[in-house]
Amino acid sequence: MWTFLVTEVMFFGGLFMAYIAYRHAYPIAFASASQKLNIPLGATNTLVLICSSMTMAMGVHSAALGKKKALITFLILTLLLGGVFLGIKSVEYHDKFVHHEVPGPNFQFEGADPQHASLYFALYFGLTGLHASHMLIGGVILIILIVQASKNKFSAAWHTPIEMFGLYWHFVDIVWIFLFPLLYLIDPRK
Amino acid sequence: MSADHIVPVKIYWAVFISLLVLTVVTALVAYVDLGRFNLVVAMAIAIFKASLVILFFMHVKYSTKLTKTIVASGFVFFAVLVFFTMSDLLTRNITAPGR
Repeated sequence: MWTFLVTEVMFFGGLFMAYIAYRHAYPIAFASASQKLNIPLGATNTLVLICSSMTMAMGVHSAALGKKKALITFLILTLLLGGVFLGIKSVEYHDKFVHHEVPGPNFQFEGADPQHASLYFALYFGLTGLHASHMLIGGVILIILIVQASKNKFSAAWHTPIEMFGLYWHFVDIVWIFLFPLLYLIDPRK
Repeated sequence: MSADHIVPVKIYWAVFISLLVLTVVTALVAYVDLGRFNLVVAMAIAIFKASLVILFFMHVKYSTKLTKTIVASGFVFFAVLVFFTMSDLLTRNITAPGR
């Protein structure tokens, strides 16, 4: 599982590298474009995701102790919090489409360096989109795990799928821990 | 996989609360003008938060050396990627001026 997560670090790493290179090349465009994001929503989502990591950690903990009921409760809580995150994210995406801030023929940007601002938004959608797709996949796996747990598939002696999924879910949380300051908080003082 | 080490729930709560507090700190400190150190502070907090998640939520602190090495390798190779890409991008004006 860890080997898979290392390949995931590389997967996201390429996009982070593109972000570093372009932010370095066009700092003004990145600062002004990031001011279009909704910081309260982004911060709320960060907190929601941290809560979901906590419920997931408690889920793994319950599985290791063989507590079936607690395991299912924590998995459902994790799923719900993941759903809240994606719900808030979709509100943010909707705002971006409404305000023509999606790169493409209808891109409109009033602010410093509009040409390169679309690069920022391309990376914003690339990074958050890849992250959100990981969450969607995570949600599907969570539903499968909840069904399996309710069928008594896991025990204190064997709950490897729960542990592996916990690692995946925490990894996705870590990606967001970096995305939040890098995308939302470049220069919020204006 | 991770040895059957049961981490006390107290530790999970401590990590959880630290993560929440540090998120608020990240958001607030971004409004303070520190010049280029805003980025440094934001990344230092993010790396600290990620370390908390990796060490405690992901049980790496209680894992074998093999697991620790694999985890570290992911970040080492990302650092290699950034190092060589940026040493190219940052020196283009010095090595090939006017291009």
